[in-house]
This record gives sequence, structure tokens and C-alpha cells, in this order.
Amino acid sequence: MNRILALALAGALAASTAEAKDTLSLGMVLEPPHLDPTAGAAAAIREVTYANLYEGLVRIDAEGKVRPALAASWSVSPDGLTYTFRLHRNVTFQDGSPFDCSTVAFSYGRALTPDSVNAQKGLFEPIRSVTCPDPHTAVVELKRPTASFLFGMGWGDAVMVSPRSIAADKTHPIGTGPFRFVRWVRGDHIVLERWPGYWGKKPALKEITFRFITDPNAAATAMLSGALDAFPNFPAPEVLARLRADAKLRVVVGTTEGKTVLALNEAKKPFDDIRVRRALAMAIDRKGLIEAAMSGYGVPIGSHYVPTDPGYVDLTGVYPYDPARARALLAEAGVRPGTQIAITLPPPAYARRGGEVIAAYLAQVGITAKLVPVEWAQWLDTVFAHGDYDATVISHTEPRDLDIYARRHYYFHYHSAAYRALWEQYQRTTDPKQADVLLGELQRKLAHDEPNVFLFALPKLGVWNAKLHGLWHNSPIPANDVTGVSWGK
Amino acid sequence: MKPGQAQLAAGGALALVLVGMAALSLVWTPYPAEAIDVAHRLAAPSAAHLLGTDPFGRDELSMLMVGARTSLAIALVAVLAGAGAGIPLGALAAALGKWPEQALMRAADLAFAFPALLTAVMIAALAGPGTTNAMLAIGIFNIPVFARITRAAAKSVLEREFVTAARAIGRGEVSVLLRHVLPNVAPQLLVQASIQFALAIVADAGLAYVGLGTQPPEPSWGRMLADAQTYVFDRPGLAIYPGLAVTLAVLGFNLLGDGLRDRLDPRLRGRD
Repeated sequence: MNRILALALAGALAASTAEAKDTLSLGMVLEPPHLDPTAGAAAAIREVTYANLYEGLVRIDAEGKVRPALAASWSVSPDGLTYTFRLHRNVTFQDGSPFDCSTVAFSYGRALTPDSVNAQKGLFEPIRSVTCPDPHTAVVELKRPTASFLFGMGWGDAVMVSPRSIAADKTHPIGTGPFRFVRWVRGDHIVLERWPGYWGKKPALKEITFRFITDPNAAATAMLSGALDAFPNFPAPEVLARLRADAKLRVVVGTTEGKTVLALNEAKKPFDDIRVRRALAMAIDRKGLIEAAMSGYGVPIGSHYVPTDPGYVDLTGVYPYDPARARALLAEAGVRPGTQIAITLPPPAYARRGGEVIAAYLAQVGITAKLVPVEWAQWLDTVFAHGDYDATVISHTEPRDLDIYARRHYYFHYHSAAYRALWEQYQRTTDPKQADVLLGELQRKLAHDEPNVFLFALPKLGVWNAKLHGLWHNSPIPANDVTGVSWGK
Repeated sequence: MKPGQAQLAAGGALALVLVGMAALSLVWTPYPAEAIDVAHRLAAPSAAHLLGTDPFGRDELSMLMVGARTSLAIALVAVLAGAGAGIPLGALAAALGKWPEQALMRAADLAFAFPALLTAVMIAALAGPGTTNAMLAIGIFNIPVFARITRAAAKSVLEREFVTAARAIGRGEVSVLLRHVLPNVAPQLLVQASIQFALAIVADAGLAYVGLGTQPPEPSWGRMLADAQTYVFDRPGLAIYPGLAVTLAVLGFNLLGDGLRDRLDPRLRGRD
């Protein structure tokens, strides 16, 4: 009798665990243009695929640390020039094609070709060669010691792709990750499902649906009604109070790598004049901006670096809010009151609203800002690709990307030999103490030159079902890594 | 009471308040409508800010006043442009008859086949957002409205005996249209104009709401509504005030049109 009861009980338990939820419906504001992170800059590509579908040799974890992924371990030669990666065995892509050292050579080699469309070619630039002493060992030789190399290989841009599927990865992605692509209904959602052939730890979730919802009110309603389980990057800070009041939901305010700046086109007058750039910096009250545009969420920054990253130096006091001084500097630079500038604004609320607040601040020092709202594609084309703009409000979400100011061609046209020299020196340094000092110098140089007006670190406003565990609280790189997510009681 | 008098009075009063508010905003608003004041953002209505402040700390009342100006200016230009192009086209169609009339009217039918607001959205999306393009977009969808009504009214006038008489004494078609037809269809056009004016205000608010109308920082009712959306639970006033402004403006000009029609309709005239 007891045995029968026990059996029945076990059956009931089994039934209840079988009923436990193992799917996840996750909201995103932007839909990715395609699904190949090695061929596009859009953060949304990574927010669907990173760690879920594609993997690299190493990966960045929720804390921003470099962890093993397809490489079980690695060693670095004392001169910092040779990285030897020992690869996991028995790894295949989701289409059955094998993963070994030749895949590494292919993936890195593809990013290195002159016609590479990788959005972060700079990450691969230090690589001299990739050699394969055996199929499960990859040896990467560098041209010079590069402090940030391993971290860079953890980015979405450095994931492993198969030569067999690469041509179709944009619409039908194939990776080595624990989830495989199921379908994409354009303008609506993307579905991934657990892939039984995964080499590593099996994730708890069986199916994930990424839904694209641009309207903040619709996003809030979807969360409140339970139509969505999670919105890891919630678009409207002013709605958080309402969501927080719902016991079913959990609101987590974390940090991102987003350096929100008023980017200035230094190839154009009057932005080539450092006095004008300083004046603009002093005309804008960052705290007021965060309050008005972000409902108080966000932390002021004084350089192109966020407080959560190693080696951060607080430079928010370099150009304090001082409209009178700003007016004087503008007069000194010969910028007459009533001068008009255009500020191009991409769709996110931080840009559209931030732009409106910035325009009001600039009006106080006699600058008339014309606001030009644009769609993402248009922003990427006119501003980012062609550098055709006066000023724009944008958040740079790539982590520790001080290198963009050392690039010879970049959309804000900042050219400083001194900065470039500092950057190269920093890249070559293998001594951590010296690297730290140089990191500080880099930040100071930018704060001093103010190529862009540094505004605030973008917060990560996460909202999800209180029973969900394992979603990232912070955003060290753009990702919605759900490999460790599970439903609790 | 004469027919339409109540509507005329109510509509006139509403329109007058609106025009007064817009006119006053040219010389005075409680605060500069574009000035932000972060320390006093989302303030409740008080003596300092009669209708409170928005998320940037801008004074709601000042924004509504300037918004009235923007809205009226757009509606006025749009209706004038629509009438300016539509009336001659309609009159011409009526006078010419035959295939030109057919062609013009089929073109008007085609324009009518698209919902007016959708046409405006399409034009504004193609031409780019902004106040001028909003005027243009709304003006364009007004053209067939005026063309049709002018043609229909002109057709009936053209068959009247005094027109035949005018032609008999050798007046040219243009002269007949200007001196005999237009004065006779003017009342109907005036009525239509006030109704189109009301529609233009809604269209302007709609365009601004979807981001295709007047651009920030210049205040507009439609954008105030759009911006208020996510704050509606905390500060419902932010959505109610501009919404009410649009409603009252539309009601006012519609009543005015109704009143005018009753007043000018020859069949109703003299029935007091």
C-alpha cells in the first residue's frame, strides 16, 4: 500500500516538474538587422545570439571577466606574444560540421581579411598568425603584446563560425552554442530552442522567444500582463516605479558599458576649436540631464570610460556645469549668440529625450540646436559611416573602447598624435601597474580634449518575473545570455 | 432663435478662446515655453504653474498656448492651400466639362480612396518631418475636398438662367466663373473650410503624435500627448490637457461650421 502511495506521489511529483515552465519570452526594443555578429555592429545581434547560439574561444561573464568557452584553457608566453589555446574535444556546430583548430584559423582569418566586414577589426589587428600544431590546439601569434587581446576575443565579434554555414548565418545562424535557431518572424520575434547536441552543460530552458517591442507602454503592459517574462533592457525609466509596485515582477537597476556622449564632428567648424567643445561641456548640467531624460537613472561620466570598469578615474569635475563660463568661452572662440547647430538623434529615448534637454541647455548659452530625429539605419549610414553630421547623442556600448579615439578614421574625426601614442604604449604594456597608470592617462587626455561631451553611463534597467533566476544584472557586453537562466518557485 | 445660432455662438466662443490664447502667446506666456527647469519637473498644478510642469520641468500652460499657435497656423495654411488649389480646379472642371472634368474628378476620387490622415502621414514621411511639411501634407489632402464641393456647387449654378444670360451678353467663361459662380458657392465653401479646419487640427495633432509634425523643441499638442504616454499613471494631467485642447478646438470649429451652414443655407434662411 505504502509503495503504491509512494509511486503515486512520485508520479504526481514527476508530473508537476514536467509542468514547470521551461520556456522564456524575452522582450527587446530593437530587432537585429541580421544574426551574424561577425558582420555587423548592431548590439541587438549580440542580444539574441551571444553565448546562446554562438560561442568564442573565451567568453565574458556577467561580471565582465574573461572565462573559458570553446577553449578549455590557455597559456600566454612570457613575452606576451604567443597565446596557446587548448580546445574542447567533440565539439560540433549545430549543422553537424566539426569544430577544431581549423575553425579558429578560419574565423580569425576571415575577420583579418582586407574586405572583412567585422565591426571590430581592431580586435584582430594585432594577430600575426594562427597555427594548428594539432586539431585541438590553436596557437595565436601576435605582432606586439596587446593587453586587451583576450578580452577582445570574448566579444560577440570574435565568435566561431563554420565555413560551411557562414554564407547563410545572417538569416539562418549556425553556431556551437546550447541553443539553435528555429525561426524568425520579421518585425515580431525570433525563436531559439535547446540543441541536444551541445558539448557543454545543458541549459534549463527549452525554448526562448525574443520579442521586439519598441513602444514603452506596450512593453510595460506586456510585462504587467505576463505576456513577457523578461525585459532585460527596459526602454522607459519613468515606468519602472509602476512595474516595481507589482509583486510578480522584479526590477533590477544595473550598469552597462554605455558611454552616452554628445558626439561632435571635429571635421566641422566650430567643433574643431577646443574652446567650443569645452564650452558645450560646461553648458550642459549632466545631473539635470539624467534627472530629466532618464528619471534619475544613470551616472555622470567625465571621459569615455564607465565607473564600473577597472582603472576608472573620476573626471566629472573637469568641466563642471557653468553656463557663464561657457558663454565666455564661446565668445572667445568667436561663436556668436544665435549660432545654429544640428543634433542628429537616433530612436532610443536617451537620445531623443536627451537631445531635447541638451537643446534647452545650449539655448541658455546662445546656441540654437536644431533636432533631427532619424531611424537607426539612417543614423548608421549618415552619421556613423559617412561622418555627415554636426553633433549626435549616442551611447557607445562596446566595453573599454578607448581605442576608437586612436583610430584614423572614425565618425567624430578626433585626431591627436599624443593620444594615439599613449594608446599604443598602453597596448604594448604587459606590466599591470604600468597599464593602470596609462589607462588613467588615456582617460585624462580625453577629458582634457573633450572630443565629445561625455554625459553619463547608461544604466541597465532590467525587469523580469520574480521567479526567474540567472539573468544578468549588469551588462559588461551587449548580451542576453540565457544559458544559466531557470525558473524557480 | 435663428437657425444655427446656438452652434455659432458656442463654436465662435471656443474658436475665439483658442485664437486669443494663440495670439497672447505671441507676446506673453507665463514662462518661456521651451525653458526647462529640472528642479521643478513633473510639478503638480500650483500658483506658480497653473497646469503643472512636464518631465523636463517646462510649464504646461505655456506649452499649450504656444501649441495652440502652432496648431492654428498649420490648420490655417493647410486649409488656405487646399482651398487655393482645390477651388480653381473644381470650378475649372465644372466649366470645362467633358474629359477634363472626368479626369479631374477621377483624380479626386483616387485621392479620396486613401484615408485623409494616412495620406498626410505618407506625404510627411516622404517629405521628412517638420512644421512646413505638415502644412503641405494636410494642405494636399484638402485639395480634392475643395475641388469636389466647388465642382458640384458650380455645376448647379452654371445651369441657372442668370448664367445663361451672362453668357448671352458675351461674357467669357472665366468672367462667368469669377463674377457669377463663385459668389454663389462661397457660403458652402466657407462652411466646408471651417469643417476642414477642424479636421486639419486633428491631422496636425496626429502627425505630431507619430513624430512627423512640428519638431521639438517647438511645442505641439500632438507631441505633448505622445510624450505624456508613459507618465499617464503618475501625471494624467499631462495627457488630459493637450487632449482636451485638441477636442475643444475640433468641437469649436465643427460647431462653427454647422452654425454657418444652417445660417447660410437658403432652404433654412428666413425660417425664424
